[in-house]
Amino acid sequence: MAEAAIQAGCRFFAGYPITPQNEVPEYMSWRMPQAGGVFIQAESEVAAINMIFGASAAGARCMTSSSSPGISLKQEGISYIAAAELPCVIANMQRGGPGLGNIRASQGDYFQAVKSGGHGDYHLIVVAPATLQELYTLTMNAFDWADYYRNPVMILGDGILGQMAEPVEILPYQPILEIPEKDYILTGCRGRLSRVIKTLILDPADGLVRHNEHLQEKYKRIESEISLCEEYQTADAELVVTGFGVTGRIAKAAVRKARKKGLAVGWIRPITLWPFPKQAYQEAVRAASKMLVVEMNHGQMIEDVKLATECAVPTEFMGKGGGWYPDEKSILDKIESMIKQPAAAAKGRVS
Amino acid sequence: MKETKILIAGAGGQGVVVVGNILSRACVIERKNVVGMVAYGAEMRGGTAYATVILSEEEIGSPFVEHPDMAIILNRPSLDKFEPDILPGGMALLNTSLTGSMLKRGDLQRIDVAATQIAHDLGNVKVANIVTIGALIEHTKLLSMASVEQGLSDLFSSKNPKLVPLNIKALRAGAEQSRYISLRPAVSTRS
Repeated sequence: MAEAAIQAGCRFFAGYPITPQNEVPEYMSWRMPQAGGVFIQAESEVAAINMIFGASAAGARCMTSSSSPGISLKQEGISYIAAAELPCVIANMQRGGPGLGNIRASQGDYFQAVKSGGHGDYHLIVVAPATLQELYTLTMNAFDWADYYRNPVMILGDGILGQMAEPVEILPYQPILEIPEKDYILTGCRGRLSRVIKTLILDPADGLVRHNEHLQEKYKRIESEISLCEEYQTADAELVVTGFGVTGRIAKAAVRKARKKGLAVGWIRPITLWPFPKQAYQEAVRAASKMLVVEMNHGQMIEDVKLATECAVPTEFMGKGGGWYPDEKSILDKIESMIKQPAAAAKGRVS
Repeated sequence: MKETKILIAGAGGQGVVVVGNILSRACVIERKNVVGMVAYGAEMRGGTAYATVILSEEEIGSPFVEHPDMAIILNRPSLDKFEPDILPGGMALLNTSLTGSMLKRGDLQRIDVAATQIAHDLGNVKVANIVTIGALIEHTKLLSMASVEQGLSDLFSSKNPKLVPLNIKALRAGAEQSRYISLRPAVSTRS
């Protein structure tokens, strides 16, 4: 992820150490100066995110990373950055919570990530990679989306992703979008009109109302333009299993085993969590009569799944927080127990 | 090839992470899918450390190894801790210099290699971990020895190229001076 950021032109990184993401600032500490950029170990997470605010306002591609408790500390700054419509990339390698929690992997920050974790009515673009190759690619994409939409992008990983080693092909950076010139950045006001980046909007009286409307229009546009997910054999599936990030890949292995046993099971893994790939779920439940959501928490993404499908089919949950992770066998057992239940009776509509 | 899950366990400092790293690099050289993990927690100095490697021709699901097909065990406390986890019919590779050559279970295959002694004879006990890789590859043919040598060279060349020849020697000594003990056939039932 750190190298992908460098490749994508990130030239400012500020962060504060926390397990399980210390490899990122460690790498940045020597790699960023090589690339001619700036690495700062900040005095706190709050300082780090505000340095990102400043670097972005000055036009740099910039990034910070942390893990759950540190991301909570950054929320005020993230809200400001979203309000000021500044691009940046924030990585959260989630650990067990709430509180200081533990240093095992968790997906307990889903709500915080996709429902605007700080104050006010805003959205981050949120991506959830499942492999290190995908993490590499999505990190590059994140910088493009951030600049293109002038919006912070969060990479929502977890302690497992932060800890595992996998082969990664270091591909050169290819922009996926045509990024307009940054005509809002503060570069020293010489020979042009002054520019102001602020988040306090008092005047005129309806200025903040209009700003919120403008933000919401942007979010609608983002929702209509970005939606990524991976699907496996959903077309004829009676049961569709879904999970994001590492949980998603573990669930896929279970689904593949179920298919080998002849069970009509499909799988969806959302890659963007906001915007949530609603359409894939809507299409899946046209054929399927049941869903199973697996998460390393006590049921967060399941709410978005139910909203996307409008609760069209019975949707069961499997998951725990605090460092628990699912294994293929227990997911497979759950799949088998769900397939054995009479599906037609459970389905609330006649096909 | 089905998925193979390997656990490497020993005392902190015995180089379990390096073993995982070299095996993973060899997998990449052979274009196999691979996921490596290291024990990551509040580890205690002198306690047991472990790493895992999963290699497969197919897409790898869970990166976790709960029941390894093969376990490289570098010391006695690790044997006590991890022997129960090995899959029935799986393989335990023992550094007999420090583990002894006894297993509690009767349903495991075994590779014995006096890795620490061999490493000592080569002039550096630190290469005991590399000796065990040689033994593993010799008896399981999981990867080619050439890929492992390449992976090892790639790893050490970036750190200290002077270390490469000794480690290659350790690899070969492990291959030559290890012994495979197959699973004892189940006691035949009298008809």
